[in-house]
Amino acid sequence: MSALSPAEWEALALSLRVATLSVVVSLPFALGLAWMLSRWRFPGRLLVEASMFLPLTLPPVVTGYALLVLFGRHGWIGEWLAEIGIVFAFRWTGAVLAAAVMGFPLLVLSIRVAFDNLDRRLERAAETLGASAWRRFVTIVLPLSMRGIIAGSVLAFARAFGEFGATITFVSSIPGETRTLPIAIYEMMSLSGGDAGVQRLTLVALAVAFAATIAAAILGGALWGRRRDD
Amino acid sequence: MIELSIKHSLADLDIDIHFGSEARCVALFGDSGAGKTTILNAIAGLLEPQQGRIVLDGQVLFDSASGISIAVAAREVGYVFQDGRLFPHLSVRANLLYGAQARRRPTRRFDHLVELLELGPLLDRRTHNLSGGERQRVAIGRALASEPRILLLDEPLTGLHREAREQVLNHLRALKQELRIASLLVSHRADEVIALADEVIGLHAGLISARMDTNGFSAQHG
Repeated sequence: MSALSPAEWEALALSLRVATLSVVVSLPFALGLAWMLSRWRFPGRLLVEASMFLPLTLPPVVTGYALLVLFGRHGWIGEWLAEIGIVFAFRWTGAVLAAAVMGFPLLVLSIRVAFDNLDRRLERAAETLGASAWRRFVTIVLPLSMRGIIAGSVLAFARAFGEFGATITFVSSIPGETRTLPIAIYEMMSLSGGDAGVQRLTLVALAVAFAATIAAAILGGALWGRRRDD
Repeated sequence: MIELSIKHSLADLDIDIHFGSEARCVALFGDSGAGKTTILNAIAGLLEPQQGRIVLDGQVLFDSASGISIAVAAREVGYVFQDGRLFPHLSVRANLLYGAQARRRPTRRFDHLVELLELGPLLDRRTHNLSGGERQRVAIGRALASEPRILLLDEPLTGLHREAREQVLNHLRALKQELRIASLLVSHRADEVIALADEVIGLHAGLISARMDTNGFSAQHG
């Protein structure tokens, strides 16, 4: 099997960049929301939780359409953002947004479980030692929730890397800009003589999926070993 | 030094406690369920009494009548929990320094505490492989390193085997002599109370049942 063509490399690099950035950008929001859902009781909490899960339950094409309506050039938010120079539609940044939205529930869910399972008595002990809420969060909550945060990040990365429906609906397929690896595979499948390319990219997708899973297992294992000893 | 007046109803206990004391180490002595830990939690701010007033060194920490309740982090108490509650992801050294760093205080007492509590060989160890006695010594050091105004000791020797109990008790005695810090000890064991306390307040079912100096207590329970 021959090496990847420049266009295939481009799709792979774009997918890796989009998936990585989608996790990096959504992580602070996921931490905030997971904390809110884990620790706060407020009216409408169930609604917030249900809304958060929508990208998991809706057909991806519907999520993509919703993003287009909200963040398209003439969308409710997109029009306003365009005035200050931020454009998502048909840009790679839009692919990041779509991937972030699709991976967000997995990220929040995983972090929230970690927050829920934390021994709150340790936070109380830190409080008696003079630690402010922020200091407790940074020095106690985050380190002790790291396994959940890493697991959620890997899940969200994997989801983002394989994202297709919402991305193609929201940002279409523009080579070098929005044509991610799954979109490139889909397009090659409809081309005569595209089988070899499909097979190459499928193998690449498999390799990335394995690498992400193994990385998660190694990171989780290292942390798990430490926690188990503790 | 401490004035305390608390009325608080729990599911199975009504606490109605009033006392003031100038003693350096006051022991709250009583059986399980007498309300001892609830009192420590109220002083630390971990529990807000339904009614009452808590004054430490002239500063009002809590007063239900005037709506005063100083935040836990600002009360400057050192709390030694029964189960230690050491931070599992930090080394012994980092555990000891946690409070001083949180309160942005110099760690001038650190070396002295390490020496008094014989923690030198443990400093770079994680807390998971410490023995019960070592864990409690670290917990005591951690509570003291941030230079609190009062040390709250909640059954600090419970669960330790005899040798470890003796060891930690000796360390607590030495700390009392060396640091001269005010402390409030919760215990259901007479030998601990006799070894450490200057004044004893007996608690039963949420009420003060007796109050005496250590000599009187020792005559009754020694």
